[in-house]
Amino acid sequence: MKPGHGEILVAEGDVEVPEQERELIEAFRRELDAGMWAAVPTADGAGRREAEMVRSFAEIPRGAERVIFFPRAAGGAPTQQELGGALTAQEL
Amino acid sequence: MLALGSASLVLIVLVVELALPKMWRMLVARRAHRNRVGIERSGYDPGRELRAEQRARELLCSCLNDEEWEMYRDLGFLRVWGALTGRPDPRSGMRTPQESAAEADYAYLIYPHRPIVAYLPQTGALLNEYCVAFPDRSKPYGSERLPASDDVLAKWMALRADERRLISEANMHLPGRQVDPAMLRRDLRSLARWERERLSRHGRRAEAQASQDPAQSEQPQS
Repeated sequence: MKPGHGEILVAEGDVEVPEQERELIEAFRRELDAGMWAAVPTADGAGRREAEMVRSFAEIPRGAERVIFFPRAAGGAPTQQELGGALTAQEL
Repeated sequence: MLALGSASLVLIVLVVELALPKMWRMLVARRAHRNRVGIERSGYDPGRELRAEQRARELLCSCLNDEEWEMYRDLGFLRVWGALTGRPDPRSGMRTPQESAAEADYAYLIYPHRPIVAYLPQTGALLNEYCVAFPDRSKPYGSERLPASDDVLAKWMALRADERRLISEANMHLPGRQVDPAMLRRDLRSLARWERERLSRHGRRAEAQASQDPAQSEQPQS
């Protein structure tokens, strides 16, 4: 996920092919080094959807179809200036 | 001499008259070209955000189950059950909203580009706002924000996969700091109505299917 772009394909390949697996590992590391979080969406037999955060390539389930990278979460509260004087008065 | 002067004046006027439209067209084309080059250089594309949101909706739809996707599509937000209390997961099976609410201790409402709101499903009481963002600070220009549906997906994945971590990263505030409590109560009422309607729709469909099935099974026999 990229601001202004949405979904971008980072890398594609088959983990069973050593050369492609190496490329996938490199791409995975590049994204994590850039400060992204990685998650694998999963589904169970009952149709329930879950997600699994992965911190290394080895943690990715072998049968996973995709890994989604997204920017790391950060506390998103606006500053006092953004909130304006009204809230400051309210807090007082 | 006078005739020569008049003739040259007429000639100049004629040339200007003939060349003026062409010169005007060239000027307009030159300006348009300059603007186009400027846009290309700045990387600005007015349709890019819309296309990004469209792609983000497709990705979100592919990650959520039917109920969650329909909830977001119809209501514009997602409800996620809280899982930190260790009680049984209220999502399993087809349950009425009352059954799920009775089993879950708390739940979250996820809005795009707004704080995650925790509430008690049994009473509708608002608990906290968790301000969390997913800023991409690597870009030297343009928006830092993810498309709306990507923001929802990021929150959904982070909550599902590691609720404790996301909540610890977020800034916690009392309800009403950024999200209007009146709007939240309206949304909770809409959600309850939506769930009732969805459940009755499913019930009707199941009944219709059940009444059709014997007829279908009898057909080959006759």
